[in-house]
Amino acid sequence: MAGVRAPFVALDDVTHVYPGAEDGAPAVESLSLAVGEGEFVAIVGPSGCGKSTVMKLATGLQFPVLGTVTVAGERVTAPVKLAGMAFQNPTMLPWRTTLQNLLLPLEIVEPHRSAIRRRKAEYVAKAEGLLTQVGLKGQGERYPWQLSGGMQQRASLCRALIHEPKLLMLDEPFGALDAFTREELWCVIRDLHAARGVTVVLVTHDLREATFLADRIFCMSARPGRIVAERVVDLARPRDLEVTYTPAFVGIVQELRAHIAQARIAA
Amino acid sequence: MKRRSATLVAAPWLFTVGFFLLWEIACRAFKVSSFVLPPPSLIFAAMGQFAGPLTYHSLHTLWMTLAGFGLAILFGLLLGIALGASRLVQVGTYPLLIGFNAIPKVAVVPILVIWFGVGWLPPVLTAFLISFFPIVVNVATGIATIEPETEDVLRALGASKWDIVRKVGIPRSMPYFFGSLKVAITLAYVGSVIGEYNASNVGVGNLMARASADFNVPLLFAALMALAILGVVIYLLTVWVERRMTGWAQRSNFAAA
Repeated sequence: MAGVRAPFVALDDVTHVYPGAEDGAPAVESLSLAVGEGEFVAIVGPSGCGKSTVMKLATGLQFPVLGTVTVAGERVTAPVKLAGMAFQNPTMLPWRTTLQNLLLPLEIVEPHRSAIRRRKAEYVAKAEGLLTQVGLKGQGERYPWQLSGGMQQRASLCRALIHEPKLLMLDEPFGALDAFTREELWCVIRDLHAARGVTVVLVTHDLREATFLADRIFCMSARPGRIVAERVVDLARPRDLEVTYTPAFVGIVQELRAHIAQARIAA
Repeated sequence: MKRRSATLVAAPWLFTVGFFLLWEIACRAFKVSSFVLPPPSLIFAAMGQFAGPLTYHSLHTLWMTLAGFGLAILFGLLLGIALGASRLVQVGTYPLLIGFNAIPKVAVVPILVIWFGVGWLPPVLTAFLISFFPIVVNVATGIATIEPETEDVLRALGASKWDIVRKVGIPRSMPYFFGSLKVAITLAYVGSVIGEYNASNVGVGNLMARASADFNVPLLFAALMALAILGVVIYLLTVWVERRMTGWAQRSNFAAA
């Protein structure tokens, strides 16, 4: 189903070497992948395989040495400006209240940037709406460090979405959370994706997480990273947490596991 | 628990009073000449006797210190931001900065006197020169150590370098900045007194230079005492400002425990 749509994000035969990499070894090599608009894609692979590099390339934070990156039909030559990002570390600014943290992207991105004073009330209402959506109703006036790790991560997701980005990049956003909180947040992400139709790229090493959330999963090899397998997840949406115990789900997870194991042996 | 905290509150007073009592007793017991080390009673008497001039000169010193300190804040913030935001500026100016900071500022006072004569400028400039360095270093450190993920989040939104410095770098360097103010204000104070001692007609430094020439030892010590009191006051002032401005950075109980 993904191949039918025109790719929204496309990495075409991309090789990247970080400037200043001591061994000069590429982080990713001859890597190609395409993500359709509104699609939810997960990238899994052994640690250190260049998953985060893919994110940086797709958002224009790094530029490939070889190959091209295209986002929304245009070749990426600068940071893309339409992406929202969330990391394992919530990166909330401690001197701002949670609500003020959420408003930060609006202070940067046009056209909101020039309207922030005029439309402040509207933006605050929007931020509060998002907080309610992720179960943080009324927490906006508290400082991030007064919130638990899971709450901070929810707020971080809200910040990534406040400016209605076309592209949401998630780099192991739930890596530091306990299993229960993680599963709760899977459902939060699932609902946000369903409600907004945003294109999501999720980098993770949790295969259950990838299978539960994604339409399509790419497996990467060990460094230098390239795509070794692609798996369409054909489980019906909306998915409940119960689905994670069905044979079909477990089958996909085991299949992915085999790919990763192979990629690690090959390294 | 309650009694312990009451003891803690009383402790600074008890120790201070005890210190002066010991001093007084030692002076009397060993019959120390008041020309060498006057007992506190004599010093306090001198403070009463010279209360007028001491206040006048102290206020002048305070004014010199704050003027030099203000300049140091302005210049230190600007240079610190430039250093923190640009690797080129940082690498380029570092040898110069270190070299300049290595010069004992007392050695600069004669040059200031040649340039500006005796007056208010040498103390202010000495205070400024001696106190801007810690501000620069701390502000630069605060800005240069922005978390890479935070930077990525903002750059992916299309934020410019200046956006990142303004929204993240400067606010996050504020605890470093206010921390450095505690060091800088003390240094500025040293600088203004040195400047006054050598190149001014007013100020506690100048008062001490004259008392020393007159061998007026009780006045000398009274002036020292005035300096100590003034020093404590301006230090507490910066601590208070720091608490007000960067409460978010002092959220851990680490220091309180």
